[in-house]
Amino acid sequence: MPKLQSAAELEKFRAEILSSRDPARPCIAVCAGAACDGMDSAAVAAAFLAALDQQQLGDRLEVRTTGCHGYCEKGPNVVVTPGEICYFEVQPADVAEIIAATLKGEVVDRLVYQDPNTGAKAVHMHEVPFYKHQMRLLMGDNPKIDPMRIDDYLAVGGYSALVKALTQMSQDQVLDEVKKANLRGRGGGGFPAGSKWETTKKAPSMPKYVIVNGHEGESAAFMDRAMLTGNPHKVLEGLIIGAYAIGAQKGFMYTRHDMPLLEKHVRNALVQAKEYGLLGENILGSGFDFECELHFDVGIFVSGESSALMRSIEGNPPEPRPKYIRTSVSGIWDKPSNLNNVETWANVPQIISKGAEWFTSIGSEKSKGTKLISLSGNVVNSGIVEVPMGTPLRTLAFDIGGGVRDGKTLKAIHFGGAMGGSIPADLIDAPLDFDGMSKLGAPIGAGGLLLMDEDTDMVEVARYLLDFLVNESCGKCAPCREGMPQMLHILTNMTEGKGKSGDLERLEDLAEVTGLGSLCALGKTSADPLKSMFRYFKPEYEARIPGGSEAK
Amino acid sequence: MTDNSIDGIIEKYRGQPGSLIHALVEIQHQNRWLPRAVMHRVADALEVPFAQVMQIASFYKAFSLTPKGRHEVHVCTGMTCHLRGAPKLQARVEELTGLKDGETDADSRFTFETGACLGSCSIGPELIVDGKHYGRMTPEKVADVLKRYE
Repeated sequence: MPKLQSAAELEKFRAEILSSRDPARPCIAVCAGAACDGMDSAAVAAAFLAALDQQQLGDRLEVRTTGCHGYCEKGPNVVVTPGEICYFEVQPADVAEIIAATLKGEVVDRLVYQDPNTGAKAVHMHEVPFYKHQMRLLMGDNPKIDPMRIDDYLAVGGYSALVKALTQMSQDQVLDEVKKANLRGRGGGGFPAGSKWETTKKAPSMPKYVIVNGHEGESAAFMDRAMLTGNPHKVLEGLIIGAYAIGAQKGFMYTRHDMPLLEKHVRNALVQAKEYGLLGENILGSGFDFECELHFDVGIFVSGESSALMRSIEGNPPEPRPKYIRTSVSGIWDKPSNLNNVETWANVPQIISKGAEWFTSIGSEKSKGTKLISLSGNVVNSGIVEVPMGTPLRTLAFDIGGGVRDGKTLKAIHFGGAMGGSIPADLIDAPLDFDGMSKLGAPIGAGGLLLMDEDTDMVEVARYLLDFLVNESCGKCAPCREGMPQMLHILTNMTEGKGKSGDLERLEDLAEVTGLGSLCALGKTSADPLKSMFRYFKPEYEARIPGGSEAK
Repeated sequence: MTDNSIDGIIEKYRGQPGSLIHALVEIQHQNRWLPRAVMHRVADALEVPFAQVMQIASFYKAFSLTPKGRHEVHVCTGMTCHLRGAPKLQARVEELTGLKDGETDADSRFTFETGACLGSCSIGPELIVDGKHYGRMTPEKVADVLKRYE
């Protein structure tokens, strides 16, 4: 592949890709997302390819291995286009039947979705309850893309936003568009990305860096990995556009070391983008230079914290810094460094392509666009969900999630992993919104949403979460290093029936001091789950103290 | 792994102190643990103090300072796996292998570790052996899986 020298060459190349593809030729997309992979979707994909080979069907049928489709509960997932026919829990033994039906334009009835209550069947993606209440702006392309092939991304319009930014917009115009879109950081903070970009852009020193935070340490959050593994070029395109606006010539993708497929796809995406002239010197003849390097976390939660992550890229232990020095001004090697989460970057291309006005038409008053949610816990339909901001939690939990497993009732909804919070089931009509959820005490965080059933012991949940954080603390600040084990000690006693009077007061005290005295969000918010429990589930805690909380 | 390939990794990063983590990760991936002598060679080649190599190697969970067993057995203790029964699964693995989190048996057959979150929450609780996922595991099925690994 010769390097593309200009926007016109890219568009010509895209036209060639599209003209070589027959939209009527059926394509069988086999999901290789983390959950489907765990259910051995690789064997299913191999069976399709073997059958294709054996029956010499290569020109009548395409088989594509793709990133996560979303409905992880029912994996391995297979989607057949045209028509987006969804087959669930597909096994290698089903392959011959699917191929035969596809060639005849028919549907394998026994493998489509069937409502567990009514028995009603749903064949096409837009009819399946799990999908039909979603708005899949970021994830929707996944079944159409083999993440190892940049051409698949180009075929769905990929890199056209980069072309627009480089050829029709000034750096300031790109920045303004992102600011007007009010794109808020998807990693947990909800801070406006545009303001952050502007700070880095205006910081006097050079060079400047841009970073994709794909660490995703939040327990039960798996959408960023799905996004980056399933469509790495979308994230990369967002990053290059951001680098252009900010004036950065070097970027880093920081992600997990423990997912071989993720590493393979991102590495390959960087190589292909470079080959095509979308990375490197003089991108598409615009005069803009940008390189991107891949970095790995090495298995500790705090390395997802922005300043700790930057220390890690420098090759140092990931210890956070005080926040009065902003990384946007002084980050990697003390240079201005703009860090955004995977999902935040993935939103950038569509904002540039379709405009801020379109973007702000989606979502709630102060939270715009869609949000990826990892739906799990005691839910019927676990998976990755994308809905407009402002969607009621009830839609997520019941219409999409199908409610609580095993016919149990919902007790609590937990957001934001170990530093999030739990709210009781009667707040189920609250809208998904950065500020609203924070006020309720269950900030969205990165977007891990768990349903907890009636059997859940809320004291045990708080103990479990603290146990996780105690192991993940970097140990730099005493309040975090020492305060959390003390809280854990008390909670462990309480779960073992050894609670004693004064425990709850001590927990409240420790929670406050640890929060006030720690440098980074890990320590600061370590007691947030506990605080939410005290707010909504205090009687359960009081019941663990002999004589109730009044006893002295 | 032969010493040659460790040398190759070290040579690739000679004189680049900023690449310490890259070098250690590559050695860990290939050799599955970091012998002390190798860390000394890394320190010399990358021109960083040995203490700094130790700081990184002992801090991050991905590095092992002791040899690992032939098979790595992993139970995900992430939140969903926890809610869906990971503690019972872990207890069963501990009972069958006689190992606690982080330990390796005397025959070097298994190293047992817990960790979170591996991102396959929808098929939790999970047992992972040498990178192969066994989703929706129950304590009853553990013995059958472990039998396959000698």
